[in-house]
Amino acid sequence: MTISKKDIEKIAHLARINISQAEAEQLEQKLIGIMSLIDKMQAVNTDNIEPMSHALDISQPLRDDVVTEFDLREKILPLAPEIEESLFIVPQVIE
Amino acid sequence: MLNLSLQSLSLGLEKKTFSSQELTKFYLERIKRHNTSLNAFISIDEDKSLLMAKKSDELIAEGRPSPLTGIPIAQKDIFCAQGWPATCGSKMLENFIAPYDATVIEKFNAAGAVNIGKTNMDEFAMGSSNETSYFGPVKNPWNLELVPGGSSGGSAAAVAARLAPAATGTDTGGSIRQPASLCGFTGLKPTYGLVSRYGMIAFASSLDQAGPMAISAEDCALMMNVMTGHDKRDSTSVERDKEDYMSQLNGSIKGLKIGIPKEFFSQGLDPSVQTLVESAIEQYKNLGAEIIEISLPNNHLAIPVYYVIAPAEASSNLSRYDGVRYGYRTKEYDDLMDMYFKTRQEGFGNEVKRRILIGTYVLSAGYYDAYYLKAQKIRRLISEDFTNAFKKCDVIMGPSAPSVAFKAGEKKEDPLAMYMQDIYTISTNLAGLPAMSIPAGFTNNLPVGLQLIGNYFSEAKLLNIAHSYQQHTDWHLQSAKGFD
Repeated sequence: MTISKKDIEKIAHLARINISQAEAEQLEQKLIGIMSLIDKMQAVNTDNIEPMSHALDISQPLRDDVVTEFDLREKILPLAPEIEESLFIVPQVIE
Repeated sequence: MLNLSLQSLSLGLEKKTFSSQELTKFYLERIKRHNTSLNAFISIDEDKSLLMAKKSDELIAEGRPSPLTGIPIAQKDIFCAQGWPATCGSKMLENFIAPYDATVIEKFNAAGAVNIGKTNMDEFAMGSSNETSYFGPVKNPWNLELVPGGSSGGSAAAVAARLAPAATGTDTGGSIRQPASLCGFTGLKPTYGLVSRYGMIAFASSLDQAGPMAISAEDCALMMNVMTGHDKRDSTSVERDKEDYMSQLNGSIKGLKIGIPKEFFSQGLDPSVQTLVESAIEQYKNLGAEIIEISLPNNHLAIPVYYVIAPAEASSNLSRYDGVRYGYRTKEYDDLMDMYFKTRQEGFGNEVKRRILIGTYVLSAGYYDAYYLKAQKIRRLISEDFTNAFKKCDVIMGPSAPSVAFKAGEKKEDPLAMYMQDIYTISTNLAGLPAMSIPAGFTNNLPVGLQLIGNYFSEAKLLNIAHSYQQHTDWHLQSAKGFD
């Protein structure tokens, strides 16, 4: 399977990354190369093999539903590109 | 001074031969002198480091030191340390000041260690040459025209040029071991889950693991005693009793069964690297070990599988960089969508974008089964190869990297050539196993690393095996010239 310009446009949209015309040219060749490397997997028979999503056989631990982190607003808000009082400011999304 | 072990430094502090403030100043001076040529550090904060040193001196004066109290440690810029920048090598986080401590940092702080600065790295830990950093490439102290390896290239150069007694790194596909090999020192990637990932900026969460980068196995053991331990804040942190990694260091390795995978000595391996790795294994034989040929038949699939799984996880992890809550935001935009698109176009470098796109592709509708699920199935085959191998041997040995350090620029525009750097390291990340790289000699004045792979949670044994070798060799004590 190979990757086309159209695929790149589609995934760039899904990934919310703007790609310029010049970048798209460069990307196409490199992504085709990477996909051909990945395609070496297709030769392997994986019937009846359980997928391995994690290195260790552990399940999600549960903890008591108690507050462990207290109000960090003063610490966290100044890191944002734009704030107003205690709000993150983004371009208007509701008319 | 520069080759003193962490234990000797600790003794010097305890006996008041020097204070932590003096030691910290000494290394800060060295960083000032050599960082212009090496670019190993992204941020240095003398006042903060010296304040930490002062507090450590007080602890020592009160007679309450622990083994790393007062010792400067360089921290990879992937870790959040409160009040320090945490850029992860990216323009996206250029102005990000960590509001809290990563667990690893918290543990070093509690031990009284001094943060001597944040080290350069490939952007979001994606790279094997430290050339993808937004803050410029790091140079290899052994030859400034060569790369130090990556992604923990800044920590590697710092240890190799003795700009810090030791450093931290993270290893997702080889990012501790390959630079340790290319820069000639000792590095350990622990079993997945042993060191908390809390506050460590995420790349591929099922593979990322932090570990020590230091001169010797003994130093790594001392650091492991600080870095490891269960953490409630990391749901993949394993619950097990804390081990003393110093306790087995001096044990005998007579009768040790060393597995040599034939797949690690096939095409693609530099012959001069092969010769040194083989002679290191020969030395183990002289120390009483037994050599057994083994096979890891699916190792050649590790890179293809990794370049599905790691980008898939990265594409999800890096979706948080949207220019809203922290990090870079583009200057001009029409609406929210436009802001996301431009912020991510401008904030991420080329390699990071490539991986996000590959990750998005393999997870997208219609391709998930063919790529992501397929990769997860082969991941199991790769992991089972190790399970079978460890039925026959106690440790697996081979090269850490296929070559010595290569020229800057040589592979920068050729991702596939760059990816091959991790051909011997990636499979252990996929399986979650611990592995080390230790100095095994030089070819053309460039260091070569020997890789040691152990079974799950066998770090103490691995450190013992590495330490035994270092008791009979001095490769690890050789440091790059020109950094006096």
